[in-house]
Amino acid sequence: MTQPKIRIRGLKKSFGGKTVLDGVDLDIMPGTGTVVIGGSGTGKSVLIKSILGLVTPDAGIIEIDGEDVLKAPRARAKKLRAQIGMLFQNGALFDSLPVWENVAFGLLAERKVRRSGARAKAITVLAQVGLAENVANLSPSELSGGMQKRVALARAIASEPAIMFFDEPTTGLDPIMGAVIDELIVDCVRRLGSTSIAITHDMASAQRIADQAAMLYEGRICWSGPAAGLLTSTDAVVEQFTHGRAQGPIKMALRR
Amino acid sequence: MNFLVEAIAAIGSAVLKAVALIGELTLFALSGLSHMVRPPYYPRLVLRSLMEIGFFSLPVVALTALFTGMVLALQSYTGFSRFDAESAIASVVVLSITRELGPVLAGLMVSGRAGAAMAAELGTMRVTDQIDALSTLSTDPMKYLVAPRLLASIIALPILVAIADILGVMGGFLVATEKLGFSADTYLINTFSNLRVEDVVSGLIKAAVFGFIIGLMGCFNGYRSKGGAQGVGAATTSAVVASSILILAMDYALTQVLFFK
Ligand SMILES: Nc1ncnc2c1ncn2[C@@H]1O[C@H](COP(=O)(O)OP(=O)(O)O)[C@@H](O)[C@H]1O
Ligand SMILES: [Mg+2]
Repeated sequence: MTQPKIRIRGLKKSFGGKTVLDGVDLDIMPGTGTVVIGGSGTGKSVLIKSILGLVTPDAGIIEIDGEDVLKAPRARAKKLRAQIGMLFQNGALFDSLPVWENVAFGLLAERKVRRSGARAKAITVLAQVGLAENVANLSPSELSGGMQKRVALARAIASEPAIMFFDEPTTGLDPIMGAVIDELIVDCVRRLGSTSIAITHDMASAQRIADQAAMLYEGRICWSGPAAGLLTSTDAVVEQFTHGRAQGPIKMALRR
Repeated sequence: MNFLVEAIAAIGSAVLKAVALIGELTLFALSGLSHMVRPPYYPRLVLRSLMEIGFFSLPVVALTALFTGMVLALQSYTGFSRFDAESAIASVVVLSITRELGPVLAGLMVSGRAGAAMAAELGTMRVTDQIDALSTLSTDPMKYLVAPRLLASIIALPILVAIADILGVMGGFLVATEKLGFSADTYLINTFSNLRVEDVVSGLIKAAVFGFIIGLMGCFNGYRSKGGAQGVGAATTSAVVASSILILAMDYALTQVLFFK
């Protein structure tokens, strides 16, 4: 059996007495695309931020290529995490920098390009997400939501990461733009042969971008399997979520 | 009885919170300072911060210093006219400005301008995940965002204060010669005969410390802000309030250290 690219065991995280992750177990096999679904505020972002080291978990194991990044020396953990590219939920573009510097930011930081060649490199990456050269000098705030998502995607893939995370890539976009972004994501992941985790609560999007799926519920992975299995699952929690029913085992915090 | 227990618990938790906050702030300051001296460096960002903190604060600091020098001359004339006004006014103006008012007023002005802007910028970057995005792009946000701002504030304040010193003396000079009819030569002789190097240097040392306080409070409050637009607003307010109070308290402490050796 091959070694998982990412292996998570017993991951726990609470914020001030409020338990968000309560023992998450998850295996991500190399070269697969996994989608994590779950209601708003169930801790999906906290889960991938823990893998990225942006949130420090209270307990558990997070292995990348078989090494526990929570126990590894700092420099080693940093190196393991450097192979992850991240698309943030709201883009998180640097608004003080023009589009091309946003895209080339990671490459410049890792000294993979010189400053003089960075703009040209950024333009080739922008082309991969369907953006023309004329946006390169604009400020992120001058772009539409869909274009900002594309730039954020370009920034995430610029250094050709072996692992990619997408946090709700289609939330806030119209259905057509959502489909376009999904297609770009699939394209990029396939071209680079990356392993990916996407977070979504858009079922159509989940089917398009992933082959594996896992559902986060009450701080644990309550169901996992092939993405196509989501729609046919008889698990009460998954069924309620995928069909968007108000009645069922999932109680919104509102009604507690 | 119950009320008493609750009151003690509340005080206890407030004290614990304050201690935790001081610890956090100290670690933040040490980390910022250590990133300032370790590579990679970002000279471009230091320069940008220098422009924002130093250059763009110049008008407001200059006007403050000029008017302060003017009003000092006027006030001391009404106060000292019974005595030897002419020689007293010049030294009152130059000593007050270089030792106290130059650094303190420049510090308060820059804190309101640049410190607030820093907190707002970093706060917005925090709540829009831009600070997290930096770490995912192989860049340490403490090094990229905090260290250049700290360094720029420590450099900018003494320069601003040196300019404020000159303009403050000029303000006093203008009022003394144009309004009060003193002779220009005598005023200048009186200004420099009572001024020692330590007066100016102590003011510049204060300025560097105040610069550090402004940069630290601006960055610290922005960096750890949360909760959307409201959180950013709160961070900005805390940055200005905290740095203003710290500047005044440090001014007292530094005066004690520098002049009562
Ligand atoms: N830094 C933080 N401090 C306190 N609470 C947090 C923090 N980050 C996330 N949370 C809380 O954790 C829960 C899960 O958040 P998140 O992972 O963003 O949810 P989602 O599944 O919608 O991505 C939320 O209730 C949120 O309030
Ligand atoms: Mg989220």
